This record gives sequence, structure tokens and C-alpha cells, in this order.
Amino acid sequence: MTAQAPILIIIIPLIASFLNVIIGLWRKRLCYPLVIITLSLSVILSISILNTVITQGVIHYRLGGWEPPWGIEYVIDHLNAFILIIVSFISFTIAIYSKRNVEQEFPEKTVYFYTIYLLLVTGLLGITITGDVFNLYVFLEITSLAVYALIAIGRDKKAPLASFNYLIMGTIGACFYLLGVGYLYIVTGSLNMADLGRLLPDLYHSKVVLAAFAFFTVGVAIKMALFPLHVWLPDAYTYAPSTVSAFAASTMTKVGVYVMIRIMFTVFEPRFSIVMLPSTEILGWVASGAMIFGCILAIAQTDVKRMLSYILIAEVGYIVIGVSVANRAGFTGALLYILFDAFTMACLFMAAGAVMHKTGETSIHGFRHLHRRMPLTMAAFSIAALSAIGVPPFAGFFSKWYLVLGAIDAGKWIFAVLLLLSSLLVAVAFFRIIQNVYFPPYEILIAGSEIALPSARNDKITLMDEAPMSMLLPIVIMAAGILLLGFFSGRIISTIIQFTVPGGF
Amino acid sequence: MEFIIGKFNYWIYIVLMMIGFYAMIAKSNLVKKLVGMNIFQTAIILFFISIGSKKGATIPIIQEGATGDAVNQAVNVARYINPLPHVLMLTAIVVMVSTFGVAMALIIMIFRKYKTLEEDEILEIMRSEENK
Repeated sequence: MTAQAPILIIIIPLIASFLNVIIGLWRKRLCYPLVIITLSLSVILSISILNTVITQGVIHYRLGGWEPPWGIEYVIDHLNAFILIIVSFISFTIAIYSKRNVEQEFPEKTVYFYTIYLLLVTGLLGITITGDVFNLYVFLEITSLAVYALIAIGRDKKAPLASFNYLIMGTIGACFYLLGVGYLYIVTGSLNMADLGRLLPDLYHSKVVLAAFAFFTVGVAIKMALFPLHVWLPDAYTYAPSTVSAFAASTMTKVGVYVMIRIMFTVFEPRFSIVMLPSTEILGWVASGAMIFGCILAIAQTDVKRMLSYILIAEVGYIVIGVSVANRAGFTGALLYILFDAFTMACLFMAAGAVMHKTGETSIHGFRHLHRRMPLTMAAFSIAALSAIGVPPFAGFFSKWYLVLGAIDAGKWIFAVLLLLSSLLVAVAFFRIIQNVYFPPYEILIAGSEIALPSARNDKITLMDEAPMSMLLPIVIMAAGILLLGFFSGRIISTIIQFTVPGGF
Repeated sequence: MEFIIGKFNYWIYIVLMMIGFYAMIAKSNLVKKLVGMNIFQTAIILFFISIGSKKGATIPIIQEGATGDAVNQAVNVARYINPLPHVLMLTAIVVMVSTFGVAMALIIMIFRKYKTLEEDEILEIMRSEENK
């Protein structure tokens, strides 16, 4: 079983997604349990894979027994195993959450929703696990197609257009990636990442290789919504159903960053990406732009989901800055940030979705006094918000600590300053909401001055009316995760992350 | 001149790709954008196909294999085209068709909601709805 785990983790959700259609035609209610069982299996498999990687080292799985440069090979080292666990765990938790959201937003499309959801998980796991650049393209497109469809399911009238714009941008990104693959194939005749890593160093002077690198970087930057190419993201994630925006926000951008790390440090050598081309330098400045502009635009929003989307753009900037400073501390910070941000974003979007479920809106004004009505959801939201800001006991602090440390180690003081400045801006963005939840301003009540203040306040005191258990539980799990993972960050670094740092850092 | 004629396949793919790219970015009609996307993807497929072919070569079926003495003869690589890029493009065509299908479905959804496919008109309707 464990020897076949790398292929089973892809095959099980893939087959389950088609099984889901058949079962859904017969009994619609069985879809949800099927999805939960499937995804819990993939969580178990990803834990077993991580365990194997930690105890026995890198796994090489040859599909159909073909030797690597010709056949497709799945290679799992500490980096993949780490991302695999994040993706499978988040997908499992959000699947639990999805039940009531799906029933409320699009009850007639349950079967197809879960089918596409499982395909999306398959695609993300496939991107993470594969060791072949073309295979990665195929999984990238499976993921993207699934996400286009899921976004368009959204109840909002604007959802299809947002999805269409994402489709156009996403296709450009994927085609650029494909061109990069083609250029590397022309000069090396290989598609295997490890094999490319061996063949390319002799060809680094070639212009074709430079063009390939540029196409890869721009293509992946579109897919992970790096700052100037982020335009598709806010619309798409705002109008998508709550479940979809929670899942896409917490995993898709992270997997995009993973692809970038793979291309820059496995397919190309660190010395090419850092020294021969100043690509990390450029990425660092682009990421600084993402951090600052993402936060400023977030402050300007009045809709919570849209604000979170802009915060997400800033967080992609944080992760990329960690990679771009190109040293041990920065890289550790970036990987910790991938883990913590997946939890944080899942928690924030799920909490916003729970508010949407209960009140029907996600504007910041709609959050007033919600601490009385939904105390647990709001507590979880606040924990995640504080973690995103980087307040000490929460997880986000530890990753930001490493990011700043990395920037200082690299002698890039300006990045350290920008990181802190952007954290302050994130704080402003989140405290607008937290203030509305716990200490709402009374200006509206005073404006309608005929109403006496105390009675108006009494009107606002509503009975506790939490989101249903299947929504609340995942939110609380994520919040607890944010609290606990921070304390275990030392363990995570010493058992996993320290082995992922590329040689030459 | 040699630079252009000798590498004409690359020039064709670049020109086609730019036409598609222009349509995707600059056109405001959603169907025109989609057609641009198709041209863009087809250009990349042509590029891949052209890198696999060789002058005077044929499909990669080793003729000596039929008579049984393929083992004894070295296979003359120049006689056969490289099949791998073509196989990759089979997959890419499937991806392209499904992307096109999803995009068409989205366009139908948009048309049902807004009764137009011009992007600026849709944005105007959105704006007027927001002001209400």
C-alpha cells in the first residue's frame, strides 16, 4: 500500500470524481459522504508519504515501470510531501464545510459541484507530486478548468464574467508555461525535471534557455496572481461560492508558488536563477509591489470577501519575497508562510462564508455586532486576522519573523522595512472589520436621533445564532491549527523544512 | 534574410501567436476574445509540431523491425521524425478543446444574464445596476 501511495493519492480522487456522477444519479445524498471518505483517504496517504520521505528519503515512483527520462516519474522529496499534506488537509476540511453552503447556494447542482471539486483536488495534488514538466502542464490545466467551472457556479450575476476573464488570463499563463516546456525540449530533448536539471547547466549561455525561463516565470506568475498579473483574482474569488473561494484562496496560489520554486531551483540551478540572471532580484521588487499595493487596495474595499482577495495578493508577495532573498532564513519563512497562510486564508474565507450563510451579505457593515450572534465564528475570524497581521502568539508571527530575518541576512533592509510596513497596512485593513464586530461605531444610531440610544442597542442584541455545526467545526479546526502550528514551528522546521532548502543557499 | 527563411516555422508561429494575443487583450467582444485564444493556442501547437519534423524524414515506424533484423542494424535517426512533440500536442489539443468548451458555456451564461457579449456594454449594465 505505501509503495503505491504516490499513484493512489492521484487515482483515488480522480476515480471518485467519476464515481460521484454515477452515484449522484442514483442517490444524491451519497455524494457528500463519498467526497469525505475520498479526501480523508488522501489525507492518510499524504501523511504516509511524508512519513516515508522523512524516514527513507526521496521517493521515486515510475509510472508503468518506465525508466525516468522516457517515462513519467513521480518524485517526492520533503518539499512536495509538505505541500501535499497542506493541499489534502485543506481540501478535506473545506469539503466538510461545503455541505450546508452547497445546499443553500446551489442545491440542484450538488452532484456536479462535488465531481468538479474532486477533479480540482486531483489536479492540485498532481501538480505537486509530478516530476515531469509536461505532466505538470496537464495537471495545471485540469486544476484551472475545474476552477473556472466552480467560480461560474457562484450565485452572483457577475460570476460568469469574472470566470471568463480568469479563463483568458489563465490560458495565457498556461500557454506561456507550455512554450517554456517546448523551448527546453528543443535544447535538451527531455521533459523530466531531474534530467533537465542535469542537462541544462551546459546550456545556460543559450538564448533559448533564457527565453524558456522567462516564459516559465511569467506563466506561473499569472497562475499564482503575482502583483501586476493579479487582475483576475479579486473578481473571481469575490463572486465564487464561499466554499470555492476558501479552497482556491488557500491552496491554488500556494501550489503556484511551489511550481515557481520547482522551476527556479530544481529544473534550473539556484546559481542560474540567482547569480546568472537577476531573476530573484526582480521578483523581490515585484513582490514588494504586491505587498504594498495589495494592502492599500484591501483597505479601500467595503466587501469582506473582496478585501480578503486583495490581502491574498499581498500574501503571495510575502511568500515570493521569502524565496527571492535567496537564503536559508528567507526560504524557511516562505515555506512556513505557505503552511500558515493556507490555514489563515481558509479560516478567513470560511468565516466570511459562514456570515454570508447566516446574514446573506459580506459587506463590512454587515459584520456589526456579530460577536453576539456568532461568537465562535468571529473569535476564529479574529484569530486568523491577528495571525495574518503577525501578532506574536499566532502562527503568522513566526513565518514573518523568518521572512524579516531572511531579508536582513541578505542585506536587503528595504525589503525588511516594506514587510513591516505592509504588516501595518494589513493591521489597518483587519482592524476595520474587528472594530465593526466588537466595538461598532454608533454614528448611524445617532443619526436617527429620535431613537433613544439604549433601546437601539437593545435591538441589536440578538440571540446567539451560529452557523451550522458542519460549517463551524472546520472554522474552529483551522483557528486551532493557527494557534497550535505556531508553537510547533520549530518542530516543523527541524523535521521537514530544513531539508527543502535548495543547495547553494 | 537567411534568418527569416531558414527559421520560417518559428516566424509563422510568432506572428500567429501575436495575432491571437492581440485579439485576447484588445477586442471587447467576448467571442472575438475566444477566437483569439484559439489562434494563440493553435500557434503553440504548430510550433510543437514543427520542432518534431525533419526534412525528408518519415513517420517513426522502424521498417527493419518487420523483417526481424532491427536488432542488428543501427536505427538511422535522420530518417524518422521525432514523434514525442506530436504526442504531447495530442494532449494539448484535448486541453484546448475542453478550455474552449468551458469558455463557450461561460459565454452562454453571460449572454443569458446580460443579453449582450460586448464587454463595455456588460460593464455599463453592471455599473447601472450597482447605482440602483
